[in-house]
Amino acid sequence: MNLMLCGGTGCIASGAPKVKQAIEEELLKRGLADEVQVVLTGCNGFCAMGPIMTVFPDGIFYNKLKPEHAARLVEEHVLKGRPVKELLFEEPVEKEKIPLLKDIGFFGNQRLIALRNRGLIDAERIEEYIARDGYQALAKVLTSMTPEEVIEEIKISGLRGRGGAGFPTGLKWEECRKYDRFPKYTICNGDEGDPGAFMDRSIMEGDPHSVLEGMAISAYAIGAEKGYIYVRAEYPLAIKRLQIAIEQARESGLLGENILDTGFNFDIEIYPGAGAFVCGESTALMYSLEGKRGMPRIKPPRSAESGLWGQPTNLNNVETYANVPPIILNGGAWFASIGTEGSKGTKVFALTGAINNVGLVEVPMGTTLRSLVFDIGGGIPKKRQFKAAQLGGPSGGCVPASLLDVQIDFDSLTEIGAMMGSGGVVVMDERTCMVDTARFFTAFSVDESCGKCIPCREGLKVMYDKMTDIVEGRGKEGDVEDLEKLGRMIKSTSHCGLGQSAPNPILSTIRHFRNEYDAHVREKKCPAKVCVELLLFEVNPEKCKMCGICFRNCPVQAIEWEKKQVARINKEKCTKCKTCIANCRFDAID
Amino acid sequence: MELPKLSIEDLKKIKEREMARMTLREGEHRAKIVVHMGTCGIAAGARKVMEAFLEAVTESGARDVVVTQSGCAGLCNREPMATVEIVEKAPVKYVDLNPEKAKRIFQEHIQGGQVVEEYALGRGSESTAG
Repeated sequence: MNLMLCGGTGCIASGAPKVKQAIEEELLKRGLADEVQVVLTGCNGFCAMGPIMTVFPDGIFYNKLKPEHAARLVEEHVLKGRPVKELLFEEPVEKEKIPLLKDIGFFGNQRLIALRNRGLIDAERIEEYIARDGYQALAKVLTSMTPEEVIEEIKISGLRGRGGAGFPTGLKWEECRKYDRFPKYTICNGDEGDPGAFMDRSIMEGDPHSVLEGMAISAYAIGAEKGYIYVRAEYPLAIKRLQIAIEQARESGLLGENILDTGFNFDIEIYPGAGAFVCGESTALMYSLEGKRGMPRIKPPRSAESGLWGQPTNLNNVETYANVPPIILNGGAWFASIGTEGSKGTKVFALTGAINNVGLVEVPMGTTLRSLVFDIGGGIPKKRQFKAAQLGGPSGGCVPASLLDVQIDFDSLTEIGAMMGSGGVVVMDERTCMVDTARFFTAFSVDESCGKCIPCREGLKVMYDKMTDIVEGRGKEGDVEDLEKLGRMIKSTSHCGLGQSAPNPILSTIRHFRNEYDAHVREKKCPAKVCVELLLFEVNPEKCKMCGICFRNCPVQAIEWEKKQVARINKEKCTKCKTCIANCRFDAID
Repeated sequence: MELPKLSIEDLKKIKEREMARMTLREGEHRAKIVVHMGTCGIAAGARKVMEAFLEAVTESGARDVVVTQSGCAGLCNREPMATVEIVEKAPVKYVDLNPEKAKRIFQEHIQGGQVVEEYALGRGSESTAG
């Protein structure tokens, strides 16, 4: 056990040495002097509450200590493991009704690395970023590390790309460093296009300097002097704040020539993209940057060898770069101590859909989907049941309730047919039709396919049409098998990652919700009551509780109802708008 | 903004100076209001909330209160959000704000010292890794 007593000027002045002496005497008296160490630390910045002390490993924080507290502290905390309540900082707060933020599931279960400054700094003031250790990592690499050492530290950290594919960042940098052709480029991929994803936007808006600093460190590591941030034009606030950040960094000499007087030159330019999903694909993004049509090409050669304008180029995603400065400051081993075997650190997720706490969360890799949805997300609104979560964007997969305990990391998700992707999580309740959902995501991929290769351009369209047949009641025996075959073919023959993963929503819903496909195809029924063409719009007299709520809500007066009578739907008037189904609390309309 | 070219020593100086200001330790401000202005917050009406806070500060003539902005606080469906920090007290996060609520928070919490519990989500801050 370590008792970290603050030894800053403030705490020394308010009596820390006497407290230290008292505690040490008490420890000696109880024969604990060998097991417990009292460490005098540097200033903690909380001088007004001093002398302060933090107990490790449990992290209990005491303030306003006096020598006469020593006996109780040692007796209660050190010996019996019970924190002394009166000496806790939170004490005055606990009297009041609002709980501590860290006790609220949504905040308390998060661990912030990439989002370390969220809500704490003004994104438009570089000083506030500096105040939170900003640019210290850049200073450290420029003055005390070789590029090889930087790369080694990133390799030790186990950081994998947060854009989707999860390629080891250190290896990518190492590969790019290898080539002796100049100029080299470092690019930040801020083209976030997944429906329901806003992780990167939030970082660019809220903490733009963390991206710039991460890029500058990567540029130093690979030997580049020029960087580009590719941001879709739909993110005007992100572009504005990045622009301000770049200007401030230039004025402060943190970008440009001879950075921090170390001879290192590096500058960054923003490139607003027109917002095409395919332009998030690295090779397409580089074509787009060159002013050409954004379409991916076959790899190899990798961009590290031949990227932007054919030069060696490193491309990482926003969140990846934001993780770099803390890794440099705290060491790769620190980062690697968080997370799972194959996935280190934390991941930012955008929680959306049928969930109480819609928002951005950052949790250690390996957190279970259950914890993400229920502890942090606050569960499903209106007491409904969790049905599935779509992970990894439009080309990710659906995870059913039976797999809620899956650990969220790169490998576990791939195993069950989903993927990490960039971190979008769309939660669905029992009122979601999985067939219709898969069709929706496929529609997105059909629209966004760049059309360069046939499996993606034509194959997805065929899959989409088949899905439309199924949800509109024209499905026939063998359709599902055809979909599986087509999906596998598209996955194995498409050029780029988007085509290779676009059939995932259909394949994963067939895998986990085959019964719903069968209900649509064989019984012409939609169990979730979503697909209009498969609904009867008839009241089930056994379930109807005669409450009349459907009657009162129908916008076209198509429902006949009187007190103590089962409602009846007039099909001539009914426009199939589903208002009655949405309002019925007894699931009585088929 | 004009900044001189920084040296590593300057980085440390800025850090120390700004830390003091940001944590309101012994700075000239008694209270700080941070309005979370990411795209989600702005879409939900954060600008009006910010204006209401600014108006309240101006009307009261208070010179020891700063109003500032920051990015998304994470809980997007409870926006607009603001964090109120008063010297030596744990910060309080307010959710689902509008200009009227902002004025009440200013009167009761910042001027009167009483947290407006019905609008508050919680107190403190999530842990940042380290």
